[in-house]
Amino acid sequence: MEGMSLISRGFHGRRRTPAGAEGRVPPGQYVTDGFPVLSAGPTPRTPLTEWTFSVRRGGSNLRSWSWAEMLALPAETVTVDIHCVTRWSKLDTQWRGVSLDTLLGQVEGDAGYVLAFCDGGYTTNLPIADVTGGRAWLACEYDEQPLDPEHGGPARLLVPHLYFWKSAKWVRGVELLEHDEPGFWETYGYHMYGDPWKEQRYSGD
Amino acid sequence: MEGTALQRRLTWQAATVTAAAWETPSVRTLELAVPGWPGHRAGQHLDVRLTAEDGYAAERSYSIASAPGEPVAITVERLEDGEVSPYLTGELRIGDTLELRGPVGGYFVWAEADGGPLLLVAGGSGVVPLRAIIRQRRRSGSDAPIRMLYSARTLPDVIYRDELDSYRNGVAVSYALTRARPPGWTGYARPVDAGMLAEVAWPAGEEPLVFVCGPTGFVETVAGELVGLGYSPGRVKTERFGGI
Repeated sequence: MEGMSLISRGFHGRRRTPAGAEGRVPPGQYVTDGFPVLSAGPTPRTPLTEWTFSVRRGGSNLRSWSWAEMLALPAETVTVDIHCVTRWSKLDTQWRGVSLDTLLGQVEGDAGYVLAFCDGGYTTNLPIADVTGGRAWLACEYDEQPLDPEHGGPARLLVPHLYFWKSAKWVRGVELLEHDEPGFWETYGYHMYGDPWKEQRYSGD
Repeated sequence: MEGTALQRRLTWQAATVTAAAWETPSVRTLELAVPGWPGHRAGQHLDVRLTAEDGYAAERSYSIASAPGEPVAITVERLEDGEVSPYLTGELRIGDTLELRGPVGGYFVWAEADGGPLLLVAGGSGVVPLRAIIRQRRRSGSDAPIRMLYSARTLPDVIYRDELDSYRNGVAVSYALTRARPPGWTGYARPVDAGMLAEVAWPAGEEPLVFVCGPTGFVETVAGELVGLGYSPGRVKTERFGGI
């Protein structure tokens, strides 16, 4: 952020950081108990019998998992804080899913970046370093329940250290890339990386 | 389509309130003078930042209510348990300044070249960016026909009612009042459902371009029903608000 902020006459603010949440809420965010939804189109509903998660390179499949095969992989339960670019943050959300380390570990070869692709045509780009090392999951449960379609079910990415648009809903796989390429929101002016602690909301932030 | 707005860095700038008007008892439109405003497209939004004397700041996004080329305006619904909207509706006066940056967003937008026909579906204050689209159609001289379906609790809750009722020549607005109706009301008297959409919406074969904006549950229902009516999901653009 640049310079001094202009004081807004008569503004005091109501919503300070809740007790116990100090240091957990990035700049410009507020804590919500709800779970707001943001998406650009209708919610897709792919039957689980047709669902796969694929790792691709150059458009060709390196490895695919059916829903049953994905469920057979070792899963982890994680409790994390999430931060949406529309300014809500939600603390201590609980998810269950397969680490991307497990999925990418079954595929040969190096890549610098991934482009996640989804039902409905949504995409988002992430550095490989941000989806490995225990920092990203293919999540299929929220709060001990199957993930609701509205929130990205049957499965979404969970990359909690970045703004939540990077945690792609309805994800169907990742394309391995050598160079970074913008995904859907990144093409429309949102930040290529999206670190909430640096408030990287828009291109140039 | 995306292009220029992407490379420009969005910096905070001071805006001065030049006009304020109540649309309903709880919804206020603020017209803003923004020196160096780069221009916007119909459907985009902007970010507002308020800063208290102790440095505490709160930011929110608001849809731009005006068409490109018109003075920048936002229309704000007062949320009683909100933090920013009570200030913008209750405290801010003409001549005051606030900080904003924008425009933001490039997907939920319409320009003359995008053509039509257009179906606009609004829930409550979700009408704001759709109003910018209708005004842009008029300003650009587009002949893309528009059908709008606007769901509100009661008639006094309808935002921009005089303006919406004044449109003719290719803009048809239907209302669905969900809570109470005035005597003699001939519009819809129930929440938006599949039957209502089938009556109001363009036949899917005309390949309309659709913009749906409103609360999450409303948008989920409408977008899902439109896909059920044969609309192409890729032509149904949605914007939802859920948080406060």
